[in-house]
Amino acid sequence: MSDASGNATQLLEVTDLVKHFPIKRGILIDREVDQVRAVDGVSFRVERGKTLGLVGESGSGKSTVCRAVLQLIKPTSGSVKFEGREIAGIGRREMRPLRREMQMIFQDPYASLNPRKRVGQIVGDPLKRQGVASGSELRRQVQELLERVGLSSEHYYRFPHEFSGGQRQRIGIARAVSLRPKLVICDEPVSALDVSIQAQIVNLLDDLQDEFGLAYLFVAHDIGVVRHISDRIAVMNEGKIVEQGSADQVCENPQHEYTKKLLAAVPIPDPRESRERHSGSVQ
Amino acid sequence: MSSPPLLSVRDLRVGFATEEGVVQAVDGISFDLRPGEVLAIVGESGSGKSVTAQSIIGLTRANNARIEGSVRLDGEDLLSASDTDMRRLRGERVAMVFQDPMTSFNPVYRIGDQVVEAIRAHRSEVSKAEGKRRVVELFEAVGIPNAEGRVDDYPHEFSGGMRQRAMIAMALALEPEVLIADEPTTALDVTIQAQILDLLEQLNRERNLATILITHDLGVVAEVADRVLVMYAGKVVEEGTLDEIFYDPQHPYTWGLLGSLTRIDRPRPHRLPQIAGSPPSLLDLPEGCPFRPRCPHEFSKCPQYPGLEARLPDAPDHRDRCWLTPEEKKAKRLVEGQIGLESPREARQA
Repeated sequence: MSDASGNATQLLEVTDLVKHFPIKRGILIDREVDQVRAVDGVSFRVERGKTLGLVGESGSGKSTVCRAVLQLIKPTSGSVKFEGREIAGIGRREMRPLRREMQMIFQDPYASLNPRKRVGQIVGDPLKRQGVASGSELRRQVQELLERVGLSSEHYYRFPHEFSGGQRQRIGIARAVSLRPKLVICDEPVSALDVSIQAQIVNLLDDLQDEFGLAYLFVAHDIGVVRHISDRIAVMNEGKIVEQGSADQVCENPQHEYTKKLLAAVPIPDPRESRERHSGSVQ
Repeated sequence: MSSPPLLSVRDLRVGFATEEGVVQAVDGISFDLRPGEVLAIVGESGSGKSVTAQSIIGLTRANNARIEGSVRLDGEDLLSASDTDMRRLRGERVAMVFQDPMTSFNPVYRIGDQVVEAIRAHRSEVSKAEGKRRVVELFEAVGIPNAEGRVDDYPHEFSGGMRQRAMIAMALALEPEVLIADEPTTALDVTIQAQILDLLEQLNRERNLATILITHDLGVVAEVADRVLVMYAGKVVEEGTLDEIFYDPQHPYTWGLLGSLTRIDRPRPHRLPQIAGSPPSLLDLPEGCPFRPRCPHEFSKCPQYPGLEARLPDAPDHRDRCWLTPEEKKAKRLVEGQIGLESPREARQA
């Protein structure tokens, strides 16, 4: 895109992000013998209210990008600007008020909810910690959120184990959007769910984006889902972004060899086309 | 299709006693499997697809399990076979590949040794050296590069795709006639998945293996299956050939599954077609058709569950469990020109 001057619309701007993990050897004194270049010079932007899909296979570095953007790990170098402000390497305390603006949805709805807490506490916790609401007002807001994500207000007093995978992901989403963040980082939010539930969650994320003006950094290995939800797509391989462009452009007219390979490997749920493809590739 | 079935499952029922009551995980499943055929069993979690597979090779035998019906391999009943006989059969005649290549190997033994051990457990006359030679051959057959050098590696030195290849090599070690693959590619990256599917297809062709492929992914099914069973809440709701299921699906649940797929080869729809609600609890099934609460086409007959029957005059092996007439189905399954499940009348969410 050519809107380099349109900074007002850039919510997140990541430039030359690098995260290397040291490989250490030694008994008493650790020597750094090598590095894993998990993220190796990655640049992208997320516009306000829009979705950037980050697609890649395991080990491509996409989850490390998420964590480095949220400052859950300290980047080795590079810049992460949120609303024009540099946040790479800032302290926990300075980061805290920004956590209101940036939230995350995780892959595994079974592991990401505290099993000892009631749904009301789980969803209400960010609101309470950031001092947005308390007491009966807090409960009212949480119940409203639960209804908004397709659960019911009676679910407030239940525990996570009483819910199915799809419902748990709704709880995680309610928690993530409770503070009306500007950016939500979704790390493989549907890959652990059943097919019939995946579509529900993708549609819910779509609706919430329209309603709250959320921007998503949507990370997944399933390029079909990524294409559906994204305005733009960045394809990652071995720590680098090999191609980025509009979602349709990347999927319909891929430029990089790796993107082509990735697209060619996606099974097409159409026996006739699959047979055609195979008879073509066998020769 | 005229060859006699190798594996014949009749009215298989598997129930588990739990504190909250009996969970009927598999509720009357029947199918035949012939040499060289790939049968896909499709369903979501809790549909009973994995329990079906595990029951065939006696992995669900437990104190709280009740297994009824019959599973015959070349006429021999597997359900009444003794544990000793089953142990012999497993691997020798029916082998299984599991979803998770990360946990299927013991991390503290070399991969090659684990495969040798599997061979020697059945063929005590095979020496360790001979066993190792066979493993190298098997690793080469499943496309593990530098097989000779890799047999002495530990599982953590193998990537996920390579581990799944090693798993398949182990399953093939005793030249079984039936291979059961339970979500064999779900944990793998798509590029690796494509390679493993090609491998399964090749093995199927070369060795005339009869394969049961358990999966939730219709894309995978389209790539390799000959016939398809669609399961929902412990029962088969539709069965047919690959093309019948994809191009002439009769059950609304199948429409929903087909409709909710994202397709990178088509323009993207504004909204992803979805199936409302979530799969029912097996402890609390609705009366009649269990898909009824999620189905936009529910009508007065649905509180009774129809049998699995051929309802199309020209397709005697295409069976389903839905009361709608074939004409109604043809009309109702089209949503904006594509096969799918119409949005529910009211938002009945998960």
